[in-house]
Amino acid sequence: MTEATTVCALADLIPDRGAAALLPSGEQVAVFRTGSGELFALSNIDPFSRAAVLSRGIVGDLRGVPVVASPMHKQHFALRTGECVEDPAVSVPVYPVRVESGRVVVEAR
Amino acid sequence: MAQRLVVVGNGMVGHRLVSAVRERDGAGRWQVEVFGEEARPAYDRVALTSYVDTWDEARLRLADHDSEVTVRLGDPVVAIDRNARTVTSRSGLVRGYDALALATGSYPFVPPIPGHDLPGCHVYRTIDDLDRIREAAGRLRVGRRAALVVGGGLLGLEAAKALRDMGLSPHVVELAPWLMPLQVDEGGGALLRRLVTSLDVTVHAGTGTQAVEQDGERLIAKLGNGTELDVDLVVFAAGVRPRDSLAVEAGLARGERGGVAVDATCRTSDPAVWAVGECACVEGRVYGLVAPGYAMAEVVADRLLGGSATFAEADTSTKLKLLGVDVASFGDAHARAEGALEVVVNDAVAGSYKKLVLSDDAATLLGGVLVGDASAYAALRPLVGRPVPGDPVGLLSGAVSAGALPADAQVCSCHAVTRAAVDGAIAQGCADVPALKACTKAGTGCGSCVPMLRQLLTEAGVEQSTALCEHFTQSRVELFEIVRSTGVATFSELVTRYGTGRGCDICKPAVASMLASLGGGHVLDGERAALQDTNDHFLANIQRNGTYSVVPRIPGGEITPEKLMVIAEVARDYNLYTKITGGQRIDLFGATVEALPAIWRRLVDAGFESGHAYGKALRTVKSCVGSTWCRYGVQDSVRMAIELELRYRGLRSPHKLKAGVSGCARECAEARSKDFGVIATEHGWNLYVGGNGGFTPRHAQLLVSDVDSETLVRLIDRFLMFYVRTADRLQRTAAWLEAMEGGLDHLREVVVEDSLGICADLEAAMARHVASYADEWRGVLEDQEKLARFTSFVNAPGTPDPTVSFREERGQRVPVLLGVPEVVGR
Ligand code: SRM
Ligand SMILES: Cc1cc2nc3c(=O)[nH]c(=O)nc-3n(C[C@H](O)[C@H](O)[C@H](O)COP(=O)(O)OP(=O)(O)OC[C@H]3O[C@@H](n4cnc5c(N)ncnc54)[C@H](O)[C@@H]3O)c2cc1C
Ligand code: SF4
Ligand code: FES
Repeated sequence: MTEATTVCALADLIPDRGAAALLPSGEQVAVFRTGSGELFALSNIDPFSRAAVLSRGIVGDLRGVPVVASPMHKQHFALRTGECVEDPAVSVPVYPVRVESGRVVVEAR
Repeated sequence: MAQRLVVVGNGMVGHRLVSAVRERDGAGRWQVEVFGEEARPAYDRVALTSYVDTWDEARLRLADHDSEVTVRLGDPVVAIDRNARTVTSRSGLVRGYDALALATGSYPFVPPIPGHDLPGCHVYRTIDDLDRIREAAGRLRVGRRAALVVGGGLLGLEAAKALRDMGLSPHVVELAPWLMPLQVDEGGGALLRRLVTSLDVTVHAGTGTQAVEQDGERLIAKLGNGTELDVDLVVFAAGVRPRDSLAVEAGLARGERGGVAVDATCRTSDPAVWAVGECACVEGRVYGLVAPGYAMAEVVADRLLGGSATFAEADTSTKLKLLGVDVASFGDAHARAEGALEVVVNDAVAGSYKKLVLSDDAATLLGGVLVGDASAYAALRPLVGRPVPGDPVGLLSGAVSAGALPADAQVCSCHAVTRAAVDGAIAQGCADVPALKACTKAGTGCGSCVPMLRQLLTEAGVEQSTALCEHFTQSRVELFEIVRSTGVATFSELVTRYGTGRGCDICKPAVASMLASLGGGHVLDGERAALQDTNDHFLANIQRNGTYSVVPRIPGGEITPEKLMVIAEVARDYNLYTKITGGQRIDLFGATVEALPAIWRRLVDAGFESGHAYGKALRTVKSCVGSTWCRYGVQDSVRMAIELELRYRGLRSPHKLKAGVSGCARECAEARSKDFGVIATEHGWNLYVGGNGGFTPRHAQLLVSDVDSETLVRLIDRFLMFYVRTADRLQRTAAWLEAMEGGLDHLREVVVEDSLGICADLEAAMARHVASYADEWRGVLEDQEKLARFTSFVNAPGTPDPTVSFREERGQRVPVLLGVPEVVGR
């Protein structure tokens, strides 16, 4: 059973930038809206520093793959898979995310 | 048990010998002890003349040895007892050795003319010599000050440069009919004379110095051609002689014309004693250059560790920049080979002389001379002794491709690295010059082979990219010009028109910085907000636990008690860890994102503004207390520091900028460790540029002296704007200056003499910056949309991040560490 949380209006998200959301479970999710309009959600916790900061990273692409760069030490995480580009053995959890009547909805895993 | 190696002489070659032994001796077979006559650590004698630029010996210093090596400075060896296998030092130490290496170098030859030992006569070999010359020059009274250099070879011209840089007019006397007779031929010598004369050096060639006489406080030098020169001091640079007396007294064989005789393995007549460098006479020949000395050091290191290396007759090719004039000479420069042919291109207009020496059938390159423009040197030197690739005149125009080089051709003569070795390293994955330097040592000596290394990389298909990142093939400087000339005002337009993809964490902040440097507007306006790194995005510095720090600007470090109290109250009310920074201001740590606006509202209301501690922008202008209070101060350094800090605050630049202003030469503000540093003089200000602390500390170098306040500010305007326009991303001013062709002299031409005619434009750009400055934090507080971004969670704006927790240390809150990084998915 997954639980869906409405986190904000789509318009609240700045293109190519993230925002943090708090799920009822206490988990923190980083929600991103890319310039091309796609939505992604990853855990907000940077696995390298353990700080809850991924939502504050710069969004872009590396060889066409959309990524976010951790603002702490600049490792990149693929927005689709959560995999770390510099160290494929490391990844962050990804969350299903969708838009429902103009609102962004994240599902707990 | 380890054997004992004693090295006599801590000059360039002795130093290299020890490094080479340490590199090879992983097993610790040798215990090494070095005796040096000079009291300072080993330094780069080849670069001696540059000591005059900064008078900072640390810049010349060679790398320290590891702690296994004992180095005794200022304690020369005075005797060798070969039977007992001991040496005795001047301080009375007696040390046994299993192997002894002599690396005593040379001493300057002073022709025994009458008056050669008068006060005011100097030699040119060591840092101490230069200190003495400097002191003598400093004692001179004002008026036209002149100096005589005896000897017009390499050393003499180096000395002339040093004297000129100290403000004296040098005269150079050379016995041979032209300058640098060892390296260049008559045609090259004639051009060299012309170029050097235009640099305020008077040349007297084809005549000798017959006597020096005292005339009151001055000296009169009498030349063979009847000329009498009235000078303040004399420098002898008439050649060197090997220092072999220690060896001779110990009964070791001596070369015919001096030097400790050694065979091709660098062993003397006593198998336990070796000699390397300028003091050695290898199979009848003494070398006065460092590269052959290094080769000898490598041979001995190899032999000490059981190898069988031998010294082959060394390449005495040289490429030098003397008084800013390129001079290169390689192979059979004087066309001594039987029937040798010469091809000369002498371009009086361009000021270049180029000669190739070919074998009698014009098939083989034997050598050459280049004066004025030596750019073809790196490509030509390795071709000596090989078939001439193509038309010789074409070769001289510099059109040699690295592909023409055979595999065994030596690309780097300083370190004897062949083309095959470089190609090998490239195949192993070395993709740029720094990587090649690290893995082959090529390019780490005189540096003249670096253009060739670059060519070989290109030939091997390794693209040497100046591209900013995968989204832009342009360099930062090129992009800056594009943005400036097209007026493109958004990242998305720039990346669509001039780049590919959507950008990344490298190009986005870089472009954001350019847009900020070029025009007004808030750094978080519209699309620009998404480009900024987290620090600029939240106008605060991120900390290890995801909280931020707050640094209000305190210009020049001056603050009223009332304002101090405001900072104290804010810190107390928001429970912020408080620390005085290294930049004369106060940092408040531990603010969560959502608390930043309220904290800044209090600070802004009290008259504070952003300190830009987060930005690649001006940080602080540090100041000492200056003439207002200090009994030594000669100018009001605080006023100047505040003026400069307020003028340049908010200026976005390729990297952060720091400055300092000291009220007198005691330099309490450490201005010379800053990107621009100002030091007060009796008559005005001295401006230094290109300093920093950090990973590679650099002292700033003097750009201009004794300027008034208005000129000072104008020059800093130009300097900073020129830096903003032409530096690479994250390149601080020191690195920018180091990479600049022509270095400090070029910078001075551009920003002081306006050689490019751009100064009015640079000043206007700075004037626009000053006029459009507005406090970034006030801008956020006045804009609801920007304020809305300072939330912890979009769906729970007031809830603080639950992962952030604090503990107490020395009465303040500090972060609870987030634990050993535990990594998901391993
Ligand atoms: C707070 C402070 C240390 C202190 O407690 O005193 C400090 C703290 C930081 N320094 Fe520094 N530096 C501080 C003075 C210095 C100094 C000393 C000085 O300015 O007199 C130096 C050497 C001088 C210099 O920069 O040339 C210094 C050399 C660096 C460097 C190395 C720069 C280099 O060129 O190698 C970095 C890294 C960088 O900028 O890329 C750095 C970077 C940083 C950062 C921004 C690292 C980061 O990104 O988190 C630190 C965070 C500041 C914050 O959170 O507020 N800090 N840092 C000092 C703030 C001064 C200020 O008032 O603005
Ligand atoms: C201004 C200048 C410019 C130069 N430019 C170039 C150039 O462009 N290219 C180039 O190839 N070469 C150049 N040279 C020459 C180069 O510096 C020398 O070839 C090189 O330094 C030789 O190294 P070395 O170790 O043999 O001698 P040195 O570097 O002279 O070192 C010998 C050391 O041994 C010490 N010593 C002597 N006797 C004793 C003792 N009994 N006990 C302990 N210590 C002792 C000396 O004090 C000295 O420190 C230049 C030299 C000068 C002065
Ligand atoms: S630099 Fe000079 S004026 Fe400034 S505090 Fe030091 S001694 Fe005084
Ligand atoms: S030739 Fe001098 S560093 Fe390579």
